[in-house]
Amino acid sequence: MTGATAPTAPAPAAVEVHDVHKWFAGRRVLDGVSLTVRPGTVTVVLGRSGSGKSTLLRVVNHLEKPEAGYVSVGGELIGVQRQGARLKELSERAILAQRGRIGFVFQNFNLFPHLTVLDNVAAAPVATGRLRRAEAQALARELLERVGLGDRTGAYPRQLSGGQQQRVAIARALALRPGVILFDEPTSALDPELVGEVLSVIKDLATGGTTLVIVTHEIGFAREVADEIVFLHDGRIVEQGPPEQVLDRPAHPRTREFLSKVL
Amino acid sequence: MSLSESIVRAAPAGPPEPPGAAERVLPLRRPARWIAGAVVLVLVAQAGHGLLTNPFYQWDRFAYWFLRPVVLEGMWITLQVAAYSALLGLAGGVLLALGRLSGNPVLRSVSWTYVWLLRSVPLIVVLLFLNNLSALYPTLSIGVPFGPAFFSFDESRLATDTIVAVVGLSVVEAAYAAEVVRAGLLSVDQGQHEAAAALGLPRRYQFTRIVFPQALRAIVPAYVNLLIGLVKATSLVFYVSLLDLFGTVQGLGSTYPGDVVPLLLVATVWYVILTSVLSAVQYHVERYCARGALRSLPPTPLRRARAGLEELRGRYRKEAAR
Repeated sequence: MTGATAPTAPAPAAVEVHDVHKWFAGRRVLDGVSLTVRPGTVTVVLGRSGSGKSTLLRVVNHLEKPEAGYVSVGGELIGVQRQGARLKELSERAILAQRGRIGFVFQNFNLFPHLTVLDNVAAAPVATGRLRRAEAQALARELLERVGLGDRTGAYPRQLSGGQQQRVAIARALALRPGVILFDEPTSALDPELVGEVLSVIKDLATGGTTLVIVTHEIGFAREVADEIVFLHDGRIVEQGPPEQVLDRPAHPRTREFLSKVL
Repeated sequence: MSLSESIVRAAPAGPPEPPGAAERVLPLRRPARWIAGAVVLVLVAQAGHGLLTNPFYQWDRFAYWFLRPVVLEGMWITLQVAAYSALLGLAGGVLLALGRLSGNPVLRSVSWTYVWLLRSVPLIVVLLFLNNLSALYPTLSIGVPFGPAFFSFDESRLATDTIVAVVGLSVVEAAYAAEVVRAGLLSVDQGQHEAAAALGLPRRYQFTRIVFPQALRAIVPAYVNLLIGLVKATSLVFYVSLLDLFGTVQGLGSTYPGDVVPLLLVATVWYVILTSVLSAVQYHVERYCARGALRSLPPTPLRRARAGLEELRGRYRKEAAR
C-alpha cells in the first residue's frame, strides 16, 4: 500500500503516517500503516473494533508512541527528531508544544468537570502562553457561539447533555487553532437523537476547509463528508480511496464483509 | 411526581384535597419507633443529668480553669504544633505521593520505603528518637556522602522542643498523607490526563490546575480524618517536654490533685472544639471541591434545618386542621 496513493503534492501533507508499527503486550495493533492526508481534506477511518483505528489516531498526536515508523504533521516530525539516520524521542515539553497544533476530540469528551464551559475552552490558549486571559475568553465565547452553545458558557460540563459536551470539546480543540483535528469516534457515546447536532458541527468544519481525520461508525456521515476513506483491518490498511469507490465498490473481501454488517 | 409527594409539597400552602382523596394511601403507623425513641431519650436525659449534677465533675472548678492563661498558652502551643505539622505533613505527603507515582524507579522505591517505615514506627518512638538525636548526631551537615560538607548545623541549638515536636509529627503525618494524596490522584479519570496531554498543557499546569483540583475531592475527607488524629496526637509532645494543652493540664493536675477531673474536662472540651472547627471547615471545603462534580450543590445544613422545620410546621398544621 505504501506510496501508491501519494502523488507529489506541492504543499507538505497535513498528516503523513509512515510505516508505523505499534505493539501492545506482544500483540501487533498497527502493522506497517502508511497514510497521507492532504491539507483541507476529510479522511474517515473505518474498521471493526480492535482493528487499530483509535491507535492510529492516537499515534498521530503521540498519545501512543509507535515502536517503529514516524508521523509528521504539516511537514514536522511528531514526537521524534532525526539524528543522522535514526529517530530520537523528543522531550516531553517539546511533544506537548507540538500537540497544540493537533486538535483531538475524544469519544468520552473528557471535558474538565471542575471548570466552566468557558474555562474548558479558554484554558489551553492561556496555559500554553498563546493568548492572554481576556483574549482567550473572547475567543472561547466566539467558538462556543459557533458550536451553538453561546448561552451555556457559565455551565459546568455535567450540567450539559452528551451532545452539548461533545460540542464544547470540539470548541476546546479549535481554541488552539490546530492545523488538523482528529476525531476518535465522536458520536459513539451519544444517545441516537444527539448524534446529529455533533455531526453537523463537524460537517461545518469540513466545509470550512479544516483538515479532519475521523474515526467513526457513521457510514452515511462518512459518505457525505469524506474525501478519502481508509479501511483498517488487523492493523493494516486494506483498502483506501474516495467514498464512492470504497463504500459502493469495495474491492477487498474484509471491506465488503464490514459494510454488509453496518449498512 | 408520586401522589404522596404532591401531598407533602402542597401541605404548607393549605390543604387542597387532591382528586380521588378516598384512595389516598395512609402511611404505616410505627409504634415501636416511638417507644424506642422515648427509651433512648430517657437514657440520654439521665446521662446529661448525671454529668451536670454529679459533684465529682466539679463544674465550678472547670469554669475556673477553662479560660486561665496557663491553659490558653498550652492551647496555643497545641494549635501551633498541629498547624505546622499539618502543613508540612501535607506538603511532604504530596511529594511522596508524586514520588510513588513517578516513572523513576529510585524515587518510587525510596518513597515506598519511607511510607512503609514511618507508618510502622509508633509516633511516640519517633518523637523520643528525635529528642535524642542531638546525642546521636551532634552536628548535621549537607554535603557529599563520605566527602566534604557544604553546610553544617549545631544540632543541639537547632533542635528546640517545638521543632522536635513539629518534625516528629510531620514526618509521620507525611507518610499517612502520602497514601491519602496518592489515592486521590489515582481516583482522577485517565481520560483527564489524556485530555490535558492532548491539549499540550504544560506538565505543571496539568497537575496543579487539572488533576490535583479533581483529586482534592477524594483527598479532603480522608485528610481531615488524618488532621483530627493529628490534633489529638499532639498530646504526645508532652513526652518531649513541650507543654501543650494536654501537658499543661497534666502539670496542673499534679500541682492541684483535687482538680484532676475538671482539668481533664477542660482538655476534653478544647479538643472537641478543635475537632468541630475542623469538621465545619471540611464541610465547606468539600462543598467547594464538589463544584462541577455534582449537577447542583446540596443545601447547607442551616438551609436544610430551616426546610425541615418548615415541613414539620406544615405537617402539624395539617394534623391540627383535621
